[in-house]
Amino acid sequence: MKEAFWTIYEKEGTKKVLASLISILVGLLVGVIIVVIVGLCKDTITGQGIWDGIRLIFAGVLCTGRDAAGSLTFGYNPQTLGNMLFRATPLIMTGLSIAVAYKTGLFNIGAPGQYLMGTMASLMIALGIPSEAVPTQLIWLLAFLGGIALGALWGAVPGALKAFLNINEVLACIMTNWLAANIVTWAFDVSNFKNLVENTKAGYIYKTSFNGVQTAKLGLDQIFPGSQVNGGILVAILFAAAMYILMNKTTLGYQLKACGSNRHAARYAGINDKGSIILSMAIAGGLAGGGAALYWLSGNTEFYWSTYQSLPAAGFNGIPVALLAISNPIGVIFTAVFMAMLDIVGQQLTGFTAYNEYITDVIISVIVYLSAFSLVIRMMLPGRKKAASAGSAPDSQPRDNAQKGDEQA
Amino acid sequence: MTFLIQQTMLYAVPLMIVALAGVFAERSGIINLALEGIMIFGAFIGVLFVRGMQSFDVFTEAARQGSWLTLQGLELLAMLVSAIMGAVFSLLLSFASINLRADQTIGGTALNLMAPALVLFLVRILANQNTLMMSTGDAASWFMIKKSTFGIDRKTDIGFLGETFLNKVYLATYICILIFIILSVILYKTRFGLRLRACGENPQAADSLGINVYKMRYAGTTISGALAGMGGFVYSLTTANCTANGDVAGFGFLALAVMIFGNWKPGNIAAASLLFGLFKCVAAAYSSIDINGDGVYLLAELGISSHLYRMLPYLVTLAVLAFTSKKSRAPKAEGIPYDKGSR
Repeated sequence: MKEAFWTIYEKEGTKKVLASLISILVGLLVGVIIVVIVGLCKDTITGQGIWDGIRLIFAGVLCTGRDAAGSLTFGYNPQTLGNMLFRATPLIMTGLSIAVAYKTGLFNIGAPGQYLMGTMASLMIALGIPSEAVPTQLIWLLAFLGGIALGALWGAVPGALKAFLNINEVLACIMTNWLAANIVTWAFDVSNFKNLVENTKAGYIYKTSFNGVQTAKLGLDQIFPGSQVNGGILVAILFAAAMYILMNKTTLGYQLKACGSNRHAARYAGINDKGSIILSMAIAGGLAGGGAALYWLSGNTEFYWSTYQSLPAAGFNGIPVALLAISNPIGVIFTAVFMAMLDIVGQQLTGFTAYNEYITDVIISVIVYLSAFSLVIRMMLPGRKKAASAGSAPDSQPRDNAQKGDEQA
Repeated sequence: MTFLIQQTMLYAVPLMIVALAGVFAERSGIINLALEGIMIFGAFIGVLFVRGMQSFDVFTEAARQGSWLTLQGLELLAMLVSAIMGAVFSLLLSFASINLRADQTIGGTALNLMAPALVLFLVRILANQNTLMMSTGDAASWFMIKKSTFGIDRKTDIGFLGETFLNKVYLATYICILIFIILSVILYKTRFGLRLRACGENPQAADSLGINVYKMRYAGTTISGALAGMGGFVYSLTTANCTANGDVAGFGFLALAVMIFGNWKPGNIAAASLLFGLFKCVAAAYSSIDINGDGVYLLAELGISSHLYRMLPYLVTLAVLAFTSKKSRAPKAEGIPYDKGSR
C-alpha cells in the first residue's frame, strides 16, 4: 500500500499536478492576505467583513446569499454553479489555444485578439443571415465555424510574421491584439447590428436570440435552473479531447511539437518548419475564435462593441488556464472550471462585501507568477529518501534553451 | 506646429525612457516583458503620492500662491517615489528569473496581469471608482510650466522656440531627457556599463573574469524597473492629467517595439521613439493638429476614419519590425537563465 503510494507519487505527472495545486493554494493565500491587510487598514471594513471576504474567496461559488440576520449562507447553488460552467466554456477554448501553441514552442499571447475576431465573425453571421430563410441550427453552425475560421486566420498572421520574417511572436501578437480591437470596433461601428431597439442597451450589439439563434441547452438547464449554462460546455470538452488526440496520437501533432522544440532539427528531419509554425498559430487562433463563438452565440450575452481601448479578459485568462494545466488539453478542462469559479467568486465579493472582483485577478496573476517557476516547486517537493538518486535524474533538466536562440527577433 | 511638436514630445519622452528601461534589462540578459505592468504600477504610486501630499497645507498653500518651486519639487519627489516603487516591483521579476531561473516571458506576463489587477483593486477601494485622481486641482494647474510661471504675461509672444519648449510644458519631460543621456553614457562609457553588457552577451566569460553575473543582472533589472516606474508616472502626469486607472494603453509594449527597432542602442532608440511619438500623437489628436498654422485641420479633413488613425501606431510597429528584425542584433544571452554549471 505504502509502496503503491510512492509509485504514484514518484510519477512526473503527479508532481506536476501537485505543483499546480501548490500554486493555486499560494495564490488563494495571497488573496486572503491582501483581504486581511486591506480590511485592517480601512476602518469601514469590520472584522466580520474580513471573515466574509475570506470565506467567499474559498467557497464563493457555493454562497447562496445572506439570511435574514445578515450573515452569509452556503449551500448548493445551481445558478452560480451553472454560470461557472458557462464561463468555463470560452476559457477552456482559449486555454486550449494557448496550451497547443505552448506545446509547439510558441507563446500565444494573441488569444484576446483572436477571440475578438471570432466574436465579430460569429455575431455578424448569426445576425446577418435571415432566420426566415435558413434554419437557425444551420446559422448557428455557420456562425460557429465562421468564428473559428476568422480566429484561425488572425492567429496565422503572427505565425507567418514569425515564420518568414523572424518577428518575435509575443510582440507580433500584442500588436495584432490591438489591431483586432480597432478592427472589430470599426466593423461594428459601420454595421447595422447595433442594438437600437432597447434604449438601455446603447453601445451593445443585439443578442443572437434576436435572430432566433442560440446554443441548444441539451437539458443542462434542468440540472442548473436559472443559470446561463448551455451545450457549449460539452462542445468545448469535445474540442479538448480532440486536441489531446491531435497533439499526442497523430503525426501532425508530433511534427508541430518537434518544430517547437527545435526548429532547425525539425527542418533537417524533413518537416516544413515554416508551415508548422503558421499551422500551430492558426489552430491556436481557431480555438480562441471558437471559444468566442460559443460564448456569444449562447443567445443571452451582449457584446459591447466599442472595444478599441480594452481587450477581453477571456483571452488573457487562457494563459493561467494553460499554464496551470501544464499545457495538457485534458487538464485545461479542470483549470478552466477553476478559473471560472474564481470569476464567480469575484462577483460574489463585489456583491456581498466591500471588496471587489479585481482581487481574483490578483490571485490569478500570483498563480501565473508561480507557474513560471513550477519546475523549482516540483524539485522542492519532498522525495522518498532512499530513492532520491533515481527520482531526480531524468527530469531535473531546465526547460530546453535551444529554442530560445531563434525566438528573439 | 508648436502643438504638434509638444504633443509628440509628450508621447515620445515616456516611450524613450521606458525603451531605455528595456535596454538595461535586456543588455544584462533578462527579457523584461513586464514594462507595461511596471508602468501601470509606477503611475499608480506617483498619483497616490501626489494625492497623499496634497493633504498637507504646505502644498495646497503653494498651489494657491503659485509658488512653483515647491510644486516642481513635489513633481520631482513623485517621480522619485514611483521610480523606487517600480524598482521594488521589478524585484519580483528579478527574483523569479535570476534566482529561480523561471521562464522570463511567463514571469513578465504575470507581472503584467498583476499590476492592473492590484492597482484597480486598490483604486476601487480608495476612490470608489475605477480612476484615481488628484484630490484637488489638475496636472495643468499644479505642475505645468506656463509663461506665467516665469512672470511673463500670457499674451506676450516669446518666439517659436520659447512657445514650443518653455510654454505649457512639464519639467518631468526635460528631467527624463537628462536621465536618458546620463544613463546612455553610463551604459557605454563606464566600467559598470561594460560589465552589464558583458553579462547579456556572454555571462560565462564575464563570470570567469570575476564579474558577479547575478548581481549585474539584478542591477540591470532594477534600473529597468525604476525607469519604467518613473516613465509610467510621467506618462500619466503629462498625457492622462495625473490620473491612474490601471491602464497605459499598451505603451510598455510599444516601448519594447521601439527598443527592438532601435537595435538596443540608446541613440537609435531616441530617434525611433520620436517617430513613434509622432504616430501616437496623430492617433490621439489628429483632429486638432494644424500642421502649417493656417487654420486648416488637414488630417481631420482627409475624411479617413478615426479608427484607422488609432490603428496607425500598431500597424507602423508591425511594419517596422518586419523591416528591421532580419538584421536586428539582440543581446546574445538574453532570456537564458544563467547557470554557473552549464557550458
